[in-house]
Amino acid sequence: MANKDELTSIPHKILEEAYKAGVSSEKERAGTFFHIDQATIYSKVNEVFKGKIELMDIKDALQKYSWLNEYMWKAVPRDQDEFTRKVAESFSGGYFMRILPDAEITFPLQACLMITQKNLEQRVHNVIIAEEESKAHIITSCLQHSTVENAAHLGISEIYVKKGASLNFTMVHQWKEKTIVRPRSATMIEDKGTFVSNYICLKPVRDVQMYPIAYCNGEDSKVSFNSILYGHKNSLLDIGSKAILNGKGSKAEMISRAITREGSKIIVRGLIEGNGPECKGHLECKGLIINDESFIQSIPELVARKKGVEITHEAAVGKISEKEIVYLMTRRLSRDQAVSLIIRGFMDVSIMGLPESLNSEISRIIEIAART
Amino acid sequence: MNVLEVKDLRVKVENKMILNGVSFDLKSGESHVLFGPNGSGKTTLISAIIGLPSYEVLSGKIFFMGNDITAKSVEERSKMGIAVSFQNPPEITGVKLADLLKLCLGKTPKEDFGGEEESLIEAFKLTDFLNRDTNVGFSGGERKRSEILQLIFLKPKLLLLDEPDSGVDVESLKLITNEIQRYVENSGSSALVITHKGDILDYVKAKYGCVLLDGTIHCFSNPKRIYENIKREGYEGCIKCEERTTERW
Repeated sequence: MANKDELTSIPHKILEEAYKAGVSSEKERAGTFFHIDQATIYSKVNEVFKGKIELMDIKDALQKYSWLNEYMWKAVPRDQDEFTRKVAESFSGGYFMRILPDAEITFPLQACLMITQKNLEQRVHNVIIAEEESKAHIITSCLQHSTVENAAHLGISEIYVKKGASLNFTMVHQWKEKTIVRPRSATMIEDKGTFVSNYICLKPVRDVQMYPIAYCNGEDSKVSFNSILYGHKNSLLDIGSKAILNGKGSKAEMISRAITREGSKIIVRGLIEGNGPECKGHLECKGLIINDESFIQSIPELVARKKGVEITHEAAVGKISEKEIVYLMTRRLSRDQAVSLIIRGFMDVSIMGLPESLNSEISRIIEIAART
Repeated sequence: MNVLEVKDLRVKVENKMILNGVSFDLKSGESHVLFGPNGSGKTTLISAIIGLPSYEVLSGKIFFMGNDITAKSVEERSKMGIAVSFQNPPEITGVKLADLLKLCLGKTPKEDFGGEEESLIEAFKLTDFLNRDTNVGFSGGERKRSEILQLIFLKPKLLLLDEPDSGVDVESLKLITNEIQRYVENSGSSALVITHKGDILDYVKAKYGCVLLDGTIHCFSNPKRIYENIKREGYEGCIKCEERTTERW
């Protein structure tokens, strides 16, 4: 791995692509990580945040910390499926992020996993550890060079949220129309730990399938899964989230917004399983279908194994309300303007509970992504 | 000059005949009040004037500033200068009230409100609602304030107000109706107000009133007089009393 000091050492073309995808100059960042094709070429923590966070390639981290082996394949089983098995067999790297105890990182970290070669199968393994009482917001962006075809991304992410820690993890996928994407991730949450997972997929992709799991093992631990899915140009998005509530009083919340058009298919799955006493969960899915060639399916599953468990769901899929469109037309908007305003509003990131600075950050990324 | 002319309008909603030959004119700079029992078609009339698609005009014509708008779309009518405040506006998830108000002002979401606009928002007690989704979780009164403010920001030539006074507390009613009157007076525009109550007449200086019943308009007269009669005799009795102006508006 060539760990360079300056972001400018990254090949110009790649950097340009990254900027287009919403990566910004690193001054505003807590840290930056670039993994391109099969190698980590850049990882750096901004000076201001040194002592609060560690960020390095996972292979370097494994050499540096022997204890890290204890975290590998502990949340995601090695033999979960053919994709986990492939990554277990060989992987090119990935990021290791560790938010140090009591540290508070209010700026986003950016991790950029990129594919520039044709027919490449990128295999990465990421580990994030939010140490006790730490608080962090992380934004990762996965993207691909515009000329590349037939690529696949297999990414394992194992996330550990320790006692009293709070981790808000936002992932923005910007793959290409011919890419197959198979993230496999799982999170372990300890007592009073909070994990918020935000997933945004706006660009066309051939096929994404993922079903991340959060295990709320600790007492009063919490998980929120939020997703904003925009399926267009024949994309297939099969996106789920699973919350296993084992700890007493643990809570889960899932909110998804899905829009399908231009022959795309979206399946939104959600499973909340209440195993511990006094667990609570709520699942909400709203889906819009824009044309007849598209498809949307919402599959909520609620499981209770203790009498004090309380889990609810609400789901609605269908067309954009005509009443809303006409209402906006009485405010001098054309039908098209009204529809696009409703769609943009529907994908409003405020559901993700991010601080204002990050809200505008994500809005900016969405704005960029929506342009193409 | 007539801002609005409705000629023998017949309107069907979901296969049911609601308006069966409604005719009236509205002159520039005048406000009129439309009374009528529940289900008599008051909202249908306003909806047909703004051109909502689910209201099917079977025959008759609507003229706005002398132009036949009967076949024009909602968007065209609103751009010509007709604006409506709804009795039950829809909730629009994700569309912030601030953005909608800016659209009404002809601004983009990135532009700021002007000083006067901000004062008006403050006066309407909507400052805390700017970052909220339009109408989502708003009370009846909050919706009304938001509707009227949007209307004023649209600067229309014709205001169609569907029960601006229902579900509104006394203080808000005074504010809303004073602002409507102020706008109408300053701009020389016209308003057609649907109401069930007489209180609004203390603030909005309406020249005429009328009663919509059985799909047609009856009794063009002084609105306060009509209201007193309705209170005393009920709608049917009010129509029979014949204490009305013999000419149409």
